[in-house]
Amino acid sequence: MAKAKPRVKLPKKAAKGEIIEIKTLISHKMESGFRKDSKTGELVPRKIINKFVCSFNGEQVFASDWHPAVSANPYMSFTFRAEESGTFVFQWTDDDGSVYSIEKKLTVS
Amino acid sequence: MIHNPLSRAISRRRLLISAGTGGAAMAAMTLVPGLVLADAASVSESMKALIGDALPSEGRIELDLPQIAENGNTVPISISIDSPMTADDYVKTVHVFAEGNPRPDVASFHFSPACGEATCSTRIRLAKTQNIVAVAEMSNGEVYMAKAEVKVTIGGCGG
Amino acid sequence: MARKFWIIAAVTGLSLATAGTALTSEADWGAFQAGEKRSGYTYAKAETRNIQDDDFDNPGFLWVDTGAELWETVEGTAGKSCSSCHDDAADSMAKVGVSYPVFAKELGKPINVEQRINQCRTERMGAEVWKWESGELLAMTVYVKNQSQGAPVSVAVTDELMPFYEAGEQFYNQRRGQLDMACSTCHVDNAGGQLRANVLSQGQANGFPTYRLKWQKVGSLHRRFRGCNKQVRAQPYSYGADEYVNLELYLTHRSNGLPVETPAVRN
Repeated sequence: MAKAKPRVKLPKKAAKGEIIEIKTLISHKMESGFRKDSKTGELVPRKIINKFVCSFNGEQVFASDWHPAVSANPYMSFTFRAEESGTFVFQWTDDDGSVYSIEKKLTVS
Repeated sequence: MIHNPLSRAISRRRLLISAGTGGAAMAAMTLVPGLVLADAASVSESMKALIGDALPSEGRIELDLPQIAENGNTVPISISIDSPMTADDYVKTVHVFAEGNPRPDVASFHFSPACGEATCSTRIRLAKTQNIVAVAEMSNGEVYMAKAEVKVTIGGCGG
Repeated sequence: MARKFWIIAAVTGLSLATAGTALTSEADWGAFQAGEKRSGYTYAKAETRNIQDDDFDNPGFLWVDTGAELWETVEGTAGKSCSSCHDDAADSMAKVGVSYPVFAKELGKPINVEQRINQCRTERMGAEVWKWESGELLAMTVYVKNQSQGAPVSVAVTDELMPFYEAGEQFYNQRRGQLDMACSTCHVDNAGGQLRANVLSQGQANGFPTYRLKWQKVGSLHRRFRGCNKQVRAQPYSYGADEYVNLELYLTHRSNGLPVETPAVRN
């Protein structure tokens, strides 16, 4: 499981004005930088996802800055008020610069 | 999926009251021997770096954390603030700090009116029994604060 | 020496478990009990149970997802994927999680899911072995067993399996290590009691491979065996050792009636 795998759960459809719950999870060790390698005695370098951003139709809805105190396989849930149909983009940024991304569509009636 | 209705028991909510610091003791960590931990003072420093000189008031934040963590490396936390979340009146950011961790910053959550509610949940790591502090910045400049203690224990059989 | 350990543990044991989040009465256990047997789920705190209850919130499902992808992946000289022979795992693998380990005639001994996966890979796919505790082997094992989620474990100890079952039972009750403790010391004699701030469960096997909060990832039953052996200061056996497969056979049969919870979430 070396590559970070993100997953997102949200309803496909919503009524206008309805508040929906969005849940996200990504597989990641979130190496804190505070652990020592048991063999070498050296500090294992920090490597975490430090930023999570959710945008809808190009505008940022919710974002979070993460520090090493966020658990491994980070879970993040929040809400969204559905006003119009469109596309969500969810992005997770790793300390090493990698960006993991998922898109989801929402139909609002 | 097996569903047990009684398992939906929600850990006790604590509407945070005390902004008092009390000066938590510094202790050496078994993670990295000799590592200096955060305390109330370093939390204040981190907080200042994020919110400047604003003086937080007590209340408004519902901070949901277990009283006793099953395991310090995965502690579910939920934050909820009653707010209309309109363009004129919304929660901008919530910062979370841990008084007893190797570093006090845990996470910051940036909301927008499009969220509809100022609610979020995640899972955090706590090195030991300590206070968790949440600070909320509102769109009108008001700042609120909440604190809750989580007990983190050493497990049986070597953790 | 072991007895002294327990007296000390009991005396200094904290009453934290009674803080109201454990499922303490039989009425609460629902599907997670079968007669006297209680799943590890019933010993966990509410927050931990909540994480397991939702297939999305449960990080173990990241491994189910990976397993599902691997199921479709062609690998090896035969140019096949799991699905080439086994089609839809929901049908073909439905009985695996509830019945393994089973007797493998070709080996003359029991075989568990991890070993069967590698046997298929090497002998039928012409692919390479997946190492124990590798992301791939864990993902595939979790994926296969998860197809039986919710169904009661029903391992059958046939005549052929009996000697291995008995070896597993003997291992379970055998004291070992510097601390001179057997599996039964904690999980039978002291189940429900405190070990420092932890509550001892019955050590059932129905949720494995499990997402352990301690490991911050999914791990196999043999990993748990090795950990337990090390913690009583006994030399652990290798992953997939006969001793552990026999123990797995005994333990899984012991969990008969409890639901398959793979991937369970435990401390």
